[in-house]
Amino acid sequence: MTSSFLRKFRILFSTIVLICFICVFADFRAVIPEKYVDFLLYLQFVPSALKYINLMTMLAGGFLIVLMLTLLTGRTYCSFLCPLGIGQDYFSRMGERVKRKFGRYGYKKPHTLIRYTLLALTLGTAVFWGLYLVTLLDPYSIFGRFMTYFGKPIILLVNNFLTWVLGKFDVYTLHHVDIRAFNPLSYAVPTVFLLLVGIMSFVKGRLYCNMICPVGTFLGLISKVSIFRVKFKESKCTRCGRCSLRCKSSCIDFLNYNIDVSRCVNCFNCIDVCPEKALSYGFIASGEKVEKPEKAEKTDKGRRKFVAGSLLMFLGISHGAGGQEKKGTVVPAKASSVKEPRTYPVCPPGAGSFEEFTEKCTACSLCINACPNDVLQPAIKQYGISGFMQPVMDYHRGFCAFNCTRCTEICPTNALKPLLLEAKKLTQIGKVVFIKDNCIVKTEKTACGACSESCPTKAVYMVPYEDNLVIPETNQDICIGCGHCEYACPVTPYKAIFVDGNPVHVAATKPEIKETEITTPEEFPF
Amino acid sequence: MRRRDFFRKSVGAGIAAGAALSFGRYNKLLGAPASHAKYDMVALMGGEPAAMFDLGIQELGGMGMFVTKGQKVLVKPNIGWDVVPELAANTNPDLVKRIIEHCFRAGAKDVYVFDHTCDNWINAYRNSGIERAAKAGGAKVVPANTENYYQEIEIPTAVKLKKAKVHELVLTTDVFINVPILKDHNSTRMTACLKNMMGVVWDRGYWHANDLHQCIADYAMFEKKPILNVVDCYNVMVKHGPQGISKEDLVLMKSQILTTDWVAGDTAAARMLNLDPQQIDYIQIAYKMGLGTTNLDSLNIRRIKM
Repeated sequence: MTSSFLRKFRILFSTIVLICFICVFADFRAVIPEKYVDFLLYLQFVPSALKYINLMTMLAGGFLIVLMLTLLTGRTYCSFLCPLGIGQDYFSRMGERVKRKFGRYGYKKPHTLIRYTLLALTLGTAVFWGLYLVTLLDPYSIFGRFMTYFGKPIILLVNNFLTWVLGKFDVYTLHHVDIRAFNPLSYAVPTVFLLLVGIMSFVKGRLYCNMICPVGTFLGLISKVSIFRVKFKESKCTRCGRCSLRCKSSCIDFLNYNIDVSRCVNCFNCIDVCPEKALSYGFIASGEKVEKPEKAEKTDKGRRKFVAGSLLMFLGISHGAGGQEKKGTVVPAKASSVKEPRTYPVCPPGAGSFEEFTEKCTACSLCINACPNDVLQPAIKQYGISGFMQPVMDYHRGFCAFNCTRCTEICPTNALKPLLLEAKKLTQIGKVVFIKDNCIVKTEKTACGACSESCPTKAVYMVPYEDNLVIPETNQDICIGCGHCEYACPVTPYKAIFVDGNPVHVAATKPEIKETEITTPEEFPF
Repeated sequence: MRRRDFFRKSVGAGIAAGAALSFGRYNKLLGAPASHAKYDMVALMGGEPAAMFDLGIQELGGMGMFVTKGQKVLVKPNIGWDVVPELAANTNPDLVKRIIEHCFRAGAKDVYVFDHTCDNWINAYRNSGIERAAKAGGAKVVPANTENYYQEIEIPTAVKLKKAKVHELVLTTDVFINVPILKDHNSTRMTACLKNMMGVVWDRGYWHANDLHQCIADYAMFEKKPILNVVDCYNVMVKHGPQGISKEDLVLMKSQILTTDWVAGDTAAARMLNLDPQQIDYIQIAYKMGLGTTNLDSLNIRRIKM
């Protein structure tokens, strides 16, 4: 096909995809049903692959579809499905508007060493150590963090402004949502990547995708054998070079009629811009020229050795270090002088266990975004280094709503396994601990009971105390660790009641149900 | 007219208009209908919530006793928990709807409903059934989930709660109808009229941390008091309150108490729960502060069995 239809279709399709992603991450009212969220995330390469590894079921086979798509058509994924890629296209467009020079790309040599090293490192660490680099470099997770850390506050600002305007007219269909920042440290990584990806795409098109992104590099490798490609019709080409200038991937070497298919993201700009219709997208066999292997054979030997060597070295070191790290991953949080003796952080419901969870989560932050109670916060050091930015329950910020399973249902990597509501209500993610010496009933000798009032299972209940007072007592067996008691406790700076995380989630006992002695009255008792 | 004069005059006119507007609120305060109700309290038993209210308000002399034409009315139910109506942790939605309908029939311009919930407010509004019922009744269901909806007020006569932030609608509406549900309460032993006010303030934690009973009574000193209290005693949570864990916590009492004296309302409600009002500290404090009576015999009470 040579028409401009391809490019228009790409722009339309990718815009819709990007809007869907933005909607999913902007959905602070949990309006979008989980199945649509799952549908959208199904084809995200890294989350889907992780889910597949975790579950070994074809239900999580979205990445296989992407692989087949790549085998057939090349890196279509990068232009049509990757939210980070699509977002970059918009950045590049802005760059073009700002300075025409930014929109004139021209052919550049591939960053072979950097991109394959990064791919190898990412894969290697993932296999032998943990998801560190995957978390850092997975394009979907990067996009998720952009939306969570920077996008959502903007959306909330707009929402709050509209709420304010409507409120002036006595209309209350929208509601104000407080914009609350995370721990400042958790912004470090998303900020660095926002600058990196932002500037690169603003100035150099898809340079990030072709130099750093391991998914892009991996799909690039596969697309080397793809059967549909962009190709030259040499007889028509006048070597005007417009295609090369318009190529965001800088992969068209028009002088040699050569397109580096490992970097081509199927944006179809070249086809659109070619005045002679010398470029087309189609079945490779019908083409006039297939990509040459170049001179890679000669030059790459030394490079390959270096890559392999450094990879091995890195793996060796990291594997050893990993072994040491394992013992330390569970951080016994604070020194004993602190009033709340926490031993473990609380990881979200559906996590199964602390270790399982930190090994599967890529910190895409979708759950943090979706949590209606703001209880999920990016971890700083609670989980150890491997869990940086992964969601952790923060009961000073919120509590886990008894009737909510949103985070477990939308997790794209299955780090949070779906829980039925009834199962979630009996999943103990932590245990309540009461510190009597902090409690108002004891210290002030006045009534309180905020903790017990909030407890959905009555694992915190009140028993007679001095005078006419009642004081909390706890039953850890029926506690599910929702943290509502800790959240509600008015004592500062240390709470009188808190939830200590369960390293492995267990089943809570069902609360005992007893009939009451009070009966339906026949007469008014007053 | 010279330009300077025009400006001078229009500024003057603006100030006059603004002043008139700002004084408007005081006029409304003064004009709030003094209660000429036939009874101090109407207690009903044996009917459905909406039907009991129909009869109860009729016995009191009709909603017109409390709401006059063109007024803005705040109906404040208890929507504290993300719990379904069958488990009676929140005010009965049918009752809320019927009260709203009576307000409109009495000529109310607008009726507003909100509560500062304990659970996630969107879920509580939805799953309590109150959001839908109130909207069906024509009321505006208003969020109360963030601090910007609240304004600081002073209660000079209070002992502990000298200042509080209350929802703006408490201040901007003309009539306030309190619609609590009677429940057991783990700490204060019961919750009904007075304690329902914890849902109009922003910082409940302050109350808990600074002598809960005194704060509950203190808030009742605030000038914007409910003109009518309707205590839902249809399905009463007698243990594990205020949230409850199962329907075994409930007793079907099929009752309702309408009263203009909220201390008396709480006293009667305590009796429904088989509690001695003498043992409920905040009722006693409120009584001593002169906010109402605990001596039900001194009141003109109409008791109706349907």
